Parts: sequence; structure tokens; C-alpha cells
Amino acid sequence: MVNKILPLAVQGLHVRRQGRDILGPLDLTLDATGFTMVIGPNGAGKSTLLKALHGVERVSAGTLTWSAPDDDVHARQSFVFQTPVMLRRTVRENLRYPLSLTGVPKAQIDDRIHHWASLIGLTDHLGQSALRLSGGERQKLSLARALITEPELLFLDEPCTNLDGRATRDIEILLLEAYAKGTRIVMATHDLGQARRLATDALFLVRGALRETGKASTFFEHPQTDELQAFLKGEIVE
Amino acid sequence: MNRLIATVVFAFIAPFAQAEVLRMAVTTSFNNSGLSDVLLPQIKADTGLDVQLLVVGTGQAIKLGQAGDVDAILVHARAAEGAFVAQGYGTHRREIMFNDFVLIGPSSDPAGIAKTQSAAGALARIAAAQADFVSRGDDSGTHKKERDLWGDAGLDPDRFGAWYKEVGAGMGAALNTAAGLDAYIMADRASWLNFANRRGLALLFAGDAVLFNQYAYLPVSDLRHAHVNHQGAMRLERWLTSPTAAALINGYQINGAQLFTFNAK
Amino acid sequence: MNDILSGLQAAFWLVVQLDADLVEITLRSLQVSVSALAIACMIALPLGTWLAVQRFRFRRGVIALLNALMGLPPVVVGLIVYILLSRSGPFGVLGLLFTPTAMIIAQIIIITPLIASITHQAMRELWAEYHDLLISLNTSRWQRVRTLLWDGRRALLTAALAGFGRAIGEVGAIMVVGGNIDHATRVLTTAIALETGKGDFALALGLGFVLIALAVSVNLAVHTLSGTERGSRW
Repeated sequence: MVNKILPLAVQGLHVRRQGRDILGPLDLTLDATGFTMVIGPNGAGKSTLLKALHGVERVSAGTLTWSAPDDDVHARQSFVFQTPVMLRRTVRENLRYPLSLTGVPKAQIDDRIHHWASLIGLTDHLGQSALRLSGGERQKLSLARALITEPELLFLDEPCTNLDGRATRDIEILLLEAYAKGTRIVMATHDLGQARRLATDALFLVRGALRETGKASTFFEHPQTDELQAFLKGEIVE
Repeated sequence: MNRLIATVVFAFIAPFAQAEVLRMAVTTSFNNSGLSDVLLPQIKADTGLDVQLLVVGTGQAIKLGQAGDVDAILVHARAAEGAFVAQGYGTHRREIMFNDFVLIGPSSDPAGIAKTQSAAGALARIAAAQADFVSRGDDSGTHKKERDLWGDAGLDPDRFGAWYKEVGAGMGAALNTAAGLDAYIMADRASWLNFANRRGLALLFAGDAVLFNQYAYLPVSDLRHAHVNHQGAMRLERWLTSPTAAALINGYQINGAQLFTFNAK
Repeated sequence: MNDILSGLQAAFWLVVQLDADLVEITLRSLQVSVSALAIACMIALPLGTWLAVQRFRFRRGVIALLNALMGLPPVVVGLIVYILLSRSGPFGVLGLLFTPTAMIIAQIIIITPLIASITHQAMRELWAEYHDLLISLNTSRWQRVRTLLWDGRRALLTAALAGFGRAIGEVGAIMVVGGNIDHATRVLTTAIALETGKGDFALALGLGFVLIALAVSVNLAVHTLSGTERGSRW
């Protein structure tokens, strides 16, 4: 997959709410390839960062410079939320929904739905209400729904927080496959093990500020700041 | 099944595929008498007029005529009718028929009105006994008549106590109330004869000449309201004053009693 | 108690004999209320949904107004429509007073706020659920409204049925603007009022039972239809 919208240059990104700084100001560059894990204590602004980059969080200041015209940018990225949002429709219709919004040819739609349904093991449940799925199935479905449009950039906001090991592993496999096909991934997590398993790059956020960034190898093995060293050891960082 | 389909079709196209329609505001008492059910089909057959009745109080009937929302009115309130014509809302007034008012009350007649000689005397007894009395209280022709009669008896209804109940309702509803309270009430004979929910009520007093109730027909002026069907209204007047109408009106009976007397000249 | 029994009896005979007048006024009741419902839904469903999705300056005011209009006495609506449609009123030239059209207009005014308000309530919940996803998918405003309308259709059905219930049982407004003219604007509720006025409680109650049966069967029919859908899809 050729990534048209990346790299992304972020300058002076700042999110303020009711007089309080939630995030930034910060500068950041998102390369065209990589699997970036965003880590940091609760309330550090991980979600806000992801949503601001995705364009669904109102930004107080700063610019995002994509490599493609703005019109194209949004259609080429997806977002998976911590709590999966299920449309009150069947599994099939949940998968069809994002395709129906974009110009995917009708003939392709059913093929893609079946392809993704089999990847997440829900082929037998296509006609069933998405509301009847288990938590793990729901998150897999929402991941499939995010990937079915073949996005160039995928954001995930702690998608495995409420899932058991098996569902978590299924999701990680899907993510690595998507990554292998060229989807750029940015994922927030508070599971350091998961961060180490998946990351090629990492970001460390504390109190809305970007404390440390780097390639996974150096980031996890040779953290530069005291705060990241403490955080990786499992100490409480405020 | 055919009838059902026909009715379905009728119900949906009726508002659009009408014969010549004539709208006439009439008083509750006229409609409740059931006389309209006899007259309307014959009117339709003789004149081709589809007469649509708006059954309202005299006050509202006159208002409908003033606004031009009906083509003619058939009411019984002499003074208001005169004003209606004088102010140019109606072209003229034509007397058609009369019926009479009756005094109704509990069959035990606690106020003893059955043996009085005049309507005024009967009402005076009710007031003296302070027996429950239901008044229309809706500014209708019947209500106005009733107030006039109290005045004839030298009494002012505005000074009455709780026994005098103004219900602000039509004849039927007022009769229902009287039946429920076992109270006295003044009603037109037609409404009373057609009234089904009598319970303990009975007709106690009738026949005084002051109780006669003249119905008049007033076509709405097409000078004031160009859209009214004045032609139709005139055709209906000719019919209402014809021998056919006279026979039907005089011949209309409930339980062997004649309700209306034709007196068009 | 006797009255109720004879009312049931009257209802039974009216229905069994397929009384022509009864069929006519029942169909007119349906014609008026269903027409009013259809038009009111076309206004109220998108409006209620739009109010749930869209933030604008007078939104709270509009919602408060809707809720207030819900409590409007039908007879007041009737009176206002009557004055507007009267030959001496601003729309008098249309000649609509005392026609089924006038009754439909009055009922639209009565039930639109009710349907819009119930719709808004239900759609607000659904929108809270869908908000993040639909924003993330970069849907247009119209696509959001359409998605909510479709996925919230069960709630909308409830709103529509509430509107139908209010319309079919309404008497105050349509009595004033329709005039209860025999064979022209008489419907079940105004016929009931008329028979009550005549003291013919049996017939009035009989018509009342027919009205109840009509309302119940419409509700049952709608629920059965949507229930079938549930079986195959949900």
C-alpha cells in the first residue's frame, strides 16, 4: 500500500479545556511507516492526542500538515475506540456501513465483508445482531470495520483494556497483518507488555507533554528520561 | 364486501367529489330532534342540494354566518336574528316553524311545579324551594329564553345560590347533568323526547304560550361574502316553505307526539 | 354497569351488521388521522433527530417550545386553526374550514410536537452512543440523521404510534374545525360526543369500543409487523 497522507507534521498542537491544558503544546512528526505505541499514565492525554490527530477533538491551537489534500485525509484513516461502538444492525451491516459511505464498487463490498468476517471468525454470525456479540467479538468487529476501508492510518485507543488474553491476541495478530500490508498504526495502551510486543516506535506522554520518543529498541531498553525509566519499571508517575 | 369497498372509496373521495353543497348552521335542539334526518334526504332528492349541517349553539351559528363560513342559518333567537339582518350579514329572515320548551324535573316534583298555571309561576316555585336547577349557561337561544323567563317571574339568575347550576354545555349534556343531579331543567321538547338517559326525570310543565320557540331561516348575504352559495340558500328556502316541507315537519313525531309546527307564510 | 353492558352490545351489533354509517365514519377517522400522522412524521422525525444531532444557538429554546406545545389543549389548536381558516380569516379564500383537510391540519399541529419530542428523546440516547463512530467516519450531517433514523426506527415507531393514538382519540380540535358534519366531517370521536349529547350512552359507548378496538388493532398490527422483522434480523 502506498501511503499518500503521511508523513504528518504537527506543530504547536495544543488542546485546552476550561482554562486547563489537556495536551501540548507539542511538535511531532509521523512517518509514513511504523507501528507507534503511545504510553503514559492515566490522564496523560493519550486519547486526546489520538483524537486530535484524527481530527475529532477540537484543537485550541496548532497545525497538522498532511502530505495529501485535506479532502483525502479523513477517508484514508480509521479509529478504534476503547469501548467498541456497535451500530444496532447485523454484523454484516456493521461491516458494510463504512464501505457504503465511500465509493467502493458494489461488487467488491460483499467480497470484502466475507473476507473480514472470516478473518475475525464471525462468518457464521453475519446475519446476527452486533449487539449480541461478546466484548471480544465486538472489539474484533469494530477493528474489522475500521480496516475494511483499507486505511493508510489507523488509530486505536486502548482497544484491549477490557478483553481477555485470547481476544487480545486475536486483535494483535490482525493489527500486525494490517501493519505488514502497509497500514500505519498509532495505538495508545497502558499495557507495557503489549507496547513492547507491537511497537516499532514509541511515544511517552506525561501531563499532556511529550517526554520521550524513539525507536522501540532504544525507547524500551535505554530510556533517556528518569520519568520513563521509572514508568517502565512499573513505578507510579504523575 | 361490495358495500365496504364502496364506502371505502366514498370516504376517500367524498371531500372532493361533492354535489352542490350548502352549509347551514343549525341549533343543537333542531338537530337533536332528529327532524334533520327526515328533511335532508328529501331536500337532496328535490333540490339536489347536499345540505351540510353545523350543529352549534345559536351564538356560534350567528358568528358562523357573520364570518361567511356557512351559507345560511336556522336558529331561534328573535333579537339576535333581527340584528343579524339589520347589520347586513343576512339578506332577510323567514319564519319556518316552531316548537316549544318544556320544564323537566324529578318525577317526585319537590317544588310542585306541575300544578302551576304559568311558566313564570313554575319557575318562582323552583326558586322558592331552592331546588337544584341546571341551566345551559352557554349563551344559546335556549339559555337566553330561560333567562328571559326568570325575568318574567321577577327573578335575577345572577343572584341565585348554589342550587342554580350553569353548566355551559349543549342541551344533551345539560340534560345528562340534570339526570345525574335529579335537578330541574328547561329543555326544548324535541331534545327531551329524543333524550335517552332520563333516569328519574319527567316532563312536569308545558303549554304556556311564552314557551313557544320560533325557528327562522336566514340566508347569509352574498353582498358581504361573495363566495356564499346564495342561489342554493334561496332554493333551500323555497323548499323549506313548500307544502312538502310542511307535511314532513308537521308529520314528524316521536312516541306519538308532534314536535314541530310548520308556520311559514 | 348496565350502561357498559348495553354499550358492548351496541358495539357488537354495529360491527356485526357492518353498519354503513359506522364504516364510513371509521374510515374517515382513519383517513384523517393516518394522513395527519404521515405528514406529522415527515416533519417531526427528521426534526427530532436533527435537534439531537445538531448544536445551534436556539436549540434549547426549540426543545422547550416543543415540550410546551405538547401540552397545548387541542381545543385551543382547533380554535386557532378555525380562526385562520374561517372565511374572514387570513386563509379563508382556501375554503378549507369544515373539511377533512382542516381536521388534518389541526391534528398535524397537535401531534407533531409530541412525535418530535419523543423522537428527540430517543435519538439523543442513540446519538450519544453513535457520536464518536459517526464523527470518526467523517459522515455528513445528512448521513448522520439518516443513520439515526434507520437504526432508531423502533423508537420512531413508538413515537409514531403515540402520535396516532393522540390523533385518533382527539375530539376537541376536530370538532371545532370539522364541525361534525354528517357524511362530510363526522368521525368516531365527534360522533361519540354527539351521541353522548343526545343521552344515547349505549351508542356512544358502542362507538367508543369500536374506537378502542381500532386503536388496539392498529397497534397490534404494527407491532406484529415489526416483530416479524425482529425475528429474522435481530
